[in-house]
Amino acid sequence: MKMNRRRFILASAIAGGGVLIGYSATRPSRHRRANEELVQGPERFISSFIKIDPSNDITIYIPHSEMGQGIHTSLSMMAADELDAAWEDVIIEQAPAIDLFANGDLVKGFAGEFGVPSFLMGLVNVSSFSVAELMNLQTTGGSTSIRYTGEYAMRTAGAAAREMLIAAAANRWSVSSTELTTELSYVQHNASGRSLSFGELAADAALLEPPENPSLKDRSQFNIMGRAISRNDIPAKVDGSAMYGLDAHSDDMLYAAIKLTPVFGTKLLSVDASEALAQRGVKRVIELEDSVAVVADNYWRAKKALELVNATFEESEFDKVSSTDIAARFDRELAESNGSTDKEVGDAEAALEESADVIEASYRVPYLAHAAMEPMNCTVHIQGDHADMWTSTQDALGMRGRVASVAGLPEENVTFHQTYCGGGYGRRLPFNWNMIDHATLIAKEFDVPVKTIFSREDDMQQDYYRPAVHNNFKAAFDANNKVIAWHSRFTGPIQVPGASHIAYDIENQSIRVVDGDSHVPIAAWRSVDHSQQTFFIESFMDEIAHRVGMNPYQMRMDLLQEHPRHRKVLEVAAEAAGYGQNLPDGHALGIAVQESFGSFVAEIAEVSMGEENQPIVHKVTCAVDCGWAVNPDTVEAQIESGIIFGLTAAMYGEITIENGRVAQGNFPDYEMVRMATSPEIEVHIVESGEALGGLGEPATPPIAAAVTNAIYILTGQRVRELPIKNHDFSRSNPVAQV
Amino acid sequence: MATFKVNSVEHTLDIEPDMPLLWAIRDELGMTGTKFGCGIANCGACTVHVNGSSVRSCVTPVSAVEGQEITTIEGLAIAAAGTNSSTPDLTAVQQAWIDHQIPQCGYCQSGMVMAVSSFLASNPNPTDAEIDASITNICRCGSYPRVRKAIRALANV
Ligand code: FES
Ligand code: FES
Repeated sequence: MKMNRRRFILASAIAGGGVLIGYSATRPSRHRRANEELVQGPERFISSFIKIDPSNDITIYIPHSEMGQGIHTSLSMMAADELDAAWEDVIIEQAPAIDLFANGDLVKGFAGEFGVPSFLMGLVNVSSFSVAELMNLQTTGGSTSIRYTGEYAMRTAGAAAREMLIAAAANRWSVSSTELTTELSYVQHNASGRSLSFGELAADAALLEPPENPSLKDRSQFNIMGRAISRNDIPAKVDGSAMYGLDAHSDDMLYAAIKLTPVFGTKLLSVDASEALAQRGVKRVIELEDSVAVVADNYWRAKKALELVNATFEESEFDKVSSTDIAARFDRELAESNGSTDKEVGDAEAALEESADVIEASYRVPYLAHAAMEPMNCTVHIQGDHADMWTSTQDALGMRGRVASVAGLPEENVTFHQTYCGGGYGRRLPFNWNMIDHATLIAKEFDVPVKTIFSREDDMQQDYYRPAVHNNFKAAFDANNKVIAWHSRFTGPIQVPGASHIAYDIENQSIRVVDGDSHVPIAAWRSVDHSQQTFFIESFMDEIAHRVGMNPYQMRMDLLQEHPRHRKVLEVAAEAAGYGQNLPDGHALGIAVQESFGSFVAEIAEVSMGEENQPIVHKVTCAVDCGWAVNPDTVEAQIESGIIFGLTAAMYGEITIENGRVAQGNFPDYEMVRMATSPEIEVHIVESGEALGGLGEPATPPIAAAVTNAIYILTGQRVRELPIKNHDFSRSNPVAQV
Repeated sequence: MATFKVNSVEHTLDIEPDMPLLWAIRDELGMTGTKFGCGIANCGACTVHVNGSSVRSCVTPVSAVEGQEITTIEGLAIAAAGTNSSTPDLTAVQQAWIDHQIPQCGYCQSGMVMAVSSFLASNPNPTDAEIDASITNICRCGSYPRVRKAIRALANV
């Protein structure tokens, strides 16, 4: 088989289970193409992602979407530090959505971990995309940007550029490059006292071939990484100048409001639009396969006229389906099917059979919407054989490709205009295409830009949801109260392999997955399977501890002897939270720990019961080992964010299905943690110095169990089904803290 | 016809009296700093000031602000500086938002900054309970702990 170069890189990464460090950041020399295609003035790309101009302005191009995770700043810090640039000289730019700036390193990183990243799996399955083409994405997701693009591309690009600048200076001065040093955007020859700025050397350096394996700094040599540096995207976000997809604007723009089939997967049958068409500002009513849209000269006019459209959608077998039916189906699957193996160790069935004591529990969590603050939207302008597009996305190249294919244009004829992203959390990843397809089909009918906007209700009712999951557990004890078997049966699908596995040292484990399909479309949701599984596992562990009268913290420590990083974050969090010490009257601490996306997180929630018998979360103490921190303040912000996102889900989050459709419409039905319900959060970063872990997601999984484990102590009630708001705690019977 | 001032500039628009101020500002005037989040006065993303007080512009018809003075996030600093000749680039609240590195995705923050600005103007030294009762904006990214710290810091100056 003939393999092109890209295909070869990824194929070998997968086959070998390893990662070709830095390869694509330096070879093939993408900087040459960049200089040919993108540079007009005297500035030069020295390696991929880094451009230097004669006045020593150093532009770093970031191939990831800024969604508030501070990625533009953190990745620039990684490249700038290896380059030995002065931070003041650095200009941060979003990399354009062209293949030159694809971030295949993410894919390679994942390839090392699990094979192809699961949240991108659809690409491999559903279309003509080949594995090689995965390299051509510009995806932001899976808490991967720092771990893979940062470690394997940005740092390497910075280090390679530094070596090229040194080589250029060595040529210029006819000295050995070993005599040269770099500091604050200058190359120095200490012996002669000469120095040249990077800008003065850039043109020469750009003619050189990037080194394949430039040497990276030790942590002790960092000047920029590890410092709390202010994010470059923040100033524009306090004065209204930051542009999001929804802010695309032109005077001749039209606006589309859309009504999609309320029952997923059904088609539009007929439309009576006569009244709508007579409304002020209305241009057209457009019928699509599964929806009808009103296009007007103002969004409010379009939306108002849409309410006058009489649309009939086809009937479907799902018309009567409710959450109760789906739950019954999941329970039936669990009762009747043995499912498929996720993980088997020893013989759990036999251990359960022989055991003196067995504990059983059934857990379940509902579907969840992403509910990013910026409702889904997409603006498309098609003129002849060219299209322009604006949308907030986690994958610019993927979205460009999608618009091209729906519009029937070659990809190069579509220009993607990057904006900030008003929240992603998985909603704006590839495969969650509904918005993009509709916007493109609508825009095809006009020669001016058309902005299609999902209302909040559309956004909530036409999402791709975090899957609902049921999980049945059994555990067995021997005569000494030691746990000897762990038995877990849950409804799938598995989106992230390994999330249902446990770090706890239990001799016999049987973990199997059964079919958890329904007609509800699903997708990745911040922390993916970990969000459900950590709630299940850490709750059931707590049940086990209470059953044998052990302190839940001590039980975890005992069963994690082989897992020093878990133990360390537990220890640090427990110490900081004052675990085991006196608490204010009526307060209790709940604890949970989880490894996800390469980071280890322990959370301790301090909870009391309010006058209305509803839990109040006062404080969350978190310890995180993410290897080390590139930008410590950003690490803390991501942890705070992840905890509050998970707390919202635990307390309130629930998408239910009635008559085949989503019952919730807007925020009052899908409540959020707000100022009044937001706990104080204390973050402790544990620097183990191990490989970098992700941060966008790992704080979300543990919080639900941390809170419900505290609720158990306060009320004697074990919350086995989320959200917490559905539980009645009026007959509380507190449990003594062991 | 609807006539009102936005950031000191008077606009007369040939629009329906029941058009929400939000869509007049965004789609008719092309000013995009004021955000759409829910459309039902629940999230606060669309908060603007009418004569200095916060209102949720997604449910405020333009007829209700006839002849009034509206300030959006783009005009906040200038409005705060008033007739002072030295116009600051940012208000103390905006500066605190940078100092405390509050915005994440930032989409809610126009509304959050507007809500906190008018709140602190009327109550410069709020208690936590007052903050909780008055600042009801949604931030899906969970910037609340930092917002609270910034408000406390602003109250202490
Ligand atoms: S958009 Fe006005 S309050 Fe949400
Ligand atoms: S910063 Fe993202 S919603 Fe508030």
